[in-house]
Amino acid sequence: MSAKYKTESLKCWDKSKEIRLDYYKNYAKAHEKGGLRWAGGAWSFDAIPSGLGDDVYPLTGEPYAASVAWNKDLALRCHEAVEKAGYARDLCSYMRNYWGSIILNEYAFGGEFPMPDFIWQDHICCSHAKWYQVARDLEGGDVPYYAMDVSVGPYDELTENRLEYVVGQMHDGIEWLEKVTGRKYDDEKLIQAVHNHCRSESLWAETCALNKAVPAPLDEKTMYSLYVHGTLHKSSRIVADFYEELRDEVKDRVERGIAAIANERCRVMTDTQPPWAFLKVFRYLEKFGCVSIGSLYTFGLIGMWDIQEDGTWGPRKTPQELGIKIKDRDQALHVLAEWELKKPEWQHFYSPDHKSDMMLRIAKEWKLDGIMLHYNRGCEGLSLGIAENRLALKEAGFPVMIFEGNMGDEREFDEAQTITRIDAFMESLNFEKIKD
Amino acid sequence: MNVVGIDCGAKYVKALVLEDDKIKAKSSVLSGFDQKAAAQEALDKVLEQASLKKEDIAYITATGAGKEEAVFAQGTITEVGANAKAVNILFPSVRTVIDVGAEEGRSIKINEKGKVVDFAINEKCAAGAGTFTETMARALEVKLEEMGALSLKSQKSVPMNAQCAVFAESEVVSLIHAKHAKQDIVRAVHDAIADRIASMTRKIGIEKDVALVGGVARNIGFVDSLKRDLKQELFIPEEPEYSCALGAAFAAAEKAKGG
Repeated sequence: MSAKYKTESLKCWDKSKEIRLDYYKNYAKAHEKGGLRWAGGAWSFDAIPSGLGDDVYPLTGEPYAASVAWNKDLALRCHEAVEKAGYARDLCSYMRNYWGSIILNEYAFGGEFPMPDFIWQDHICCSHAKWYQVARDLEGGDVPYYAMDVSVGPYDELTENRLEYVVGQMHDGIEWLEKVTGRKYDDEKLIQAVHNHCRSESLWAETCALNKAVPAPLDEKTMYSLYVHGTLHKSSRIVADFYEELRDEVKDRVERGIAAIANERCRVMTDTQPPWAFLKVFRYLEKFGCVSIGSLYTFGLIGMWDIQEDGTWGPRKTPQELGIKIKDRDQALHVLAEWELKKPEWQHFYSPDHKSDMMLRIAKEWKLDGIMLHYNRGCEGLSLGIAENRLALKEAGFPVMIFEGNMGDEREFDEAQTITRIDAFMESLNFEKIKD
Repeated sequence: MNVVGIDCGAKYVKALVLEDDKIKAKSSVLSGFDQKAAAQEALDKVLEQASLKKEDIAYITATGAGKEEAVFAQGTITEVGANAKAVNILFPSVRTVIDVGAEEGRSIKINEKGKVVDFAINEKCAAGAGTFTETMARALEVKLEEMGALSLKSQKSVPMNAQCAVFAESEVVSLIHAKHAKQDIVRAVHDAIADRIASMTRKIGIEKDVALVGGVARNIGFVDSLKRDLKQELFIPEEPEYSCALGAAFAAAEKAKGG
């Protein structure tokens, strides 16, 4: 069958890979240049440690653990090591991959596991609350650890007091950072990092919004390799600049009608983290002319959204775009906290209804034929309420397929069974495999 | 016009020749280790029974977990789609199809045209499939084919709480040691599978009428348990294990007619 649409590789693909590898390399080698290493979650306010200097490098746990998961051999050894150490198999699989890497003293990017100089974390889910407490114990027990509580409810219920609760912890955190590192904090660097943070997240949302186009310029498997930068270091200029370059390229693809997959005729979205060791499932979808245009997870973990004048979802305007000039530390922290607490993926920790509403919006605005929900046993936080989401989507008339698995533990994913489900789902949507 | 539907299941390969929408011949062989050879054997047998040659067959459609092994088939259909087609033709009033085979259980919601509206397949677990009954039969030292009748003799409901085939086996051993009557334990086994299957079916919503297909529908004890759980009658074809193959054959007929 001849191709329906033109398609071509992303020009910035190699650059994306380079930035990611540099990130992991820079963290490992930070001490060689007299720099500092910190570890924490991908949800943490990474702009804040930037005030310590340009030679302070993070290692965010979730994307690191996803990289471990992709390496099936290492992941399996990590799981076995963690289970031998007495931790339960049904805990967060990202957390287990991370702990396993410490126990084995094996860095997924080569060499020994690089211990952090301090831990900078916030608690968005139950696992986050324990992750670095155990990691710290495994690392010898003397790594300084600062954790912030961000459980202030959904954004539409945000009050001044709740915001101050988070900002207060940020102020305390900066004093703590100065104390444990012995470095003087630079507010100008913080302000710049907050600007980059907002720019990265707005640009990523804009890029995802461009995927409303038919044909979609990006497919979700590709998006996983791009959104990751926001989970690594969204407050860095490198990431913000890269997202601007990416946005421009994707915009150009839409204008020229360049498709992610050449025979797009069916559009779906997924939900939660994918089974990282089996991303080939997305390539299998292409046999039916089916593109996964993304998910609330890929859109909303890094993207910052707002309702536009026409009522649709689009990128949230950054403080810079709104003409807000950040003058000092307190204002920077207020801007950062208020900005981040609006993040879509934070909202549904408080109710599955928030998530259903956002998923329905995506299903309608991105013109979907169906939805594939990953009942992800590896993440209690993002899987919470997923059965409720299924019902809401079905009630709205969207066909929904579910598949069971685990983002980071391949032992709980059955590839053949998932393929069987996809076959049945595509058949029910009246899509046959496209003959070559 | 003759067409063939072949169901390459986990335990048996079933083939069926359809002549102008009427079943002409059937065959069933063990899947074994070499499913490709088993598929060929099932085809050869069914053609022999129908006194036909491969060239006489207008179209062959394969289904089942090993459908790709039926290399001679011109088309494939999923078990979900095949069952929907078969049941819609056999029992047009049915809107919910429950299929319990050796390794998988699935529930399918269909519309009046036999189109799949929703479906659910059991998780990576044997406790909702026929293999579970076989394992329990071994633990109870009862022949598999006697499980159904023995279960119906039970007058007592014994709760069995394990959700896993492995744990259930040890629970059966505990029930034996607790001196429960064998028929009561057998009924408990069937009730446990029925509970899982009914629960999976409720996820997609049960709409009347309900059909039960797949090899486990032969087990009258399980059928009784499922009826009690769902609180309704079940439509069961005469040869429920051929439902998938029949649906595949109907799909083949559609293709042969240019559908």
